[in-house]
Amino acid sequence: MAAQIAPILDDLEQASALEHLQTVIERLRDSFAVDHLVYHWVNSSGEQYGCGTYDPVWVQRYIDQGYLRIDPVISGCFQRFHPVDWKRLDWSSKAARAFLQDALGHGVGNQGFSIPIRGPNGQFALFTVNHSCDDATWEAFTERHRKDLILVAHYFNQKALEFEPGRTPEPAQALSPRELEAMTLLAVGYNRAQAAQSLDISEHTLRVYIESARFKLGALNTTHAVARALSRGIIVV
Amino acid sequence: MIRYLYGVELDRHPKLAHSMFRDRAWQFKERLDWAVSVTPEGEERDEYDFLNPLYVIWENRDGTHGGSMRLLPTVGQTMVNDHFGHLTGGGPIQSPLIWECTRFCLSPTSTARTAAALMLAGGEVMQGFGVEHYVGVFDARMVRIYRRIGSSPEILGTDGTGRDAISVGLWDFTPAARTRVAMAAGLSTRLSRHWFTRAFGADFQLARTA
Repeated sequence: MAAQIAPILDDLEQASALEHLQTVIERLRDSFAVDHLVYHWVNSSGEQYGCGTYDPVWVQRYIDQGYLRIDPVISGCFQRFHPVDWKRLDWSSKAARAFLQDALGHGVGNQGFSIPIRGPNGQFALFTVNHSCDDATWEAFTERHRKDLILVAHYFNQKALEFEPGRTPEPAQALSPRELEAMTLLAVGYNRAQAAQSLDISEHTLRVYIESARFKLGALNTTHAVARALSRGIIVV
Repeated sequence: MIRYLYGVELDRHPKLAHSMFRDRAWQFKERLDWAVSVTPEGEERDEYDFLNPLYVIWENRDGTHGGSMRLLPTVGQTMVNDHFGHLTGGGPIQSPLIWECTRFCLSPTSTARTAAALMLAGGEVMQGFGVEHYVGVFDARMVRIYRRIGSSPEILGTDGTGRDAISVGLWDFTPAARTRVAMAAGLSTRLSRHWFTRAFGADFQLARTA
């Protein structure tokens, strides 16, 4: 999976226009082998932007019907930061059930997993995976890919924020001295135990520095993170 | 019992919320004399309480606060990154898979059992939400309590000495630690899971509805 997704994330990083995000999300959908992948952003002034693989007819209908106010995914994720399986939301109201029927009728799958993202200045975004399958299959899928999806959701949002009009791009967060040391040791071929010993820290602590470095580098796994750090010249071996 | 409440949900639990912020004033101001601010109502609140964090709270039978901690993902503003970067490798730690845990607090009448229940709940959050690590800020006194309940954080660094000591550390929740902590809490892991499920929703049969 990581081998498939790493090149897509590399293209995401290079994206220079909002339209590129649509191409990226379609490729991600194919890699995760799910029916739909959707990114939905609402900023502090209530403006919406989205891209994804839902039928455009459904997207238009969602807007026309004002489903933003009914959709349990929105109310269940707004002002939250934990990922949400659609099954855990409250679909009991009549409006929610009618909305669900309408969605299913427009090709939206019965399973969903949404990751809320809190951006700067009240920005709120949702990254959603949607699929048609039984509960056991879905649980196995989300269990296996949950962490990757959380990371990808945040990378996607960081990129989308770059295209917000009038926004001064925030400089990429630099690796801390410890993160640089950890990545350098991994780049020269140390395993985790050796790297931890060399830095005189525990492996647990090392894992935290690697996790943080991986996120700052926009990477999916350690190999990808090392490759990015090297190609950007952040570490030199 | 354990409650999981986002900041925006505290209004619906006024007694619990007020007693939590009062107990925090007692622990951090009166007992530890940290440079925290206390409102005229006797509540200790800081800027991170305004960021809609997730609170994990032990609620006593009478509806008051028994103990609590405050969680925030390290991708946003956090106490660890704003104030303790020098203890975490010389810079901020950032990842949606690493959350900070701050203001770990016990009420004056609570015991180590409550601390253990909170740690158990921290494990539920990790498992339920895909959190890989917690970076915590805690006072030196808590280290002894954590050790007693079988869940010692790994200390990255400490500022100050004696009563003033503030440490930053990492928590790990292995299955072995989970069993130890559950025993120290006097709770079954099933009950702990039940409280988590109650807060964040049981499975709703979408397919059946459809």
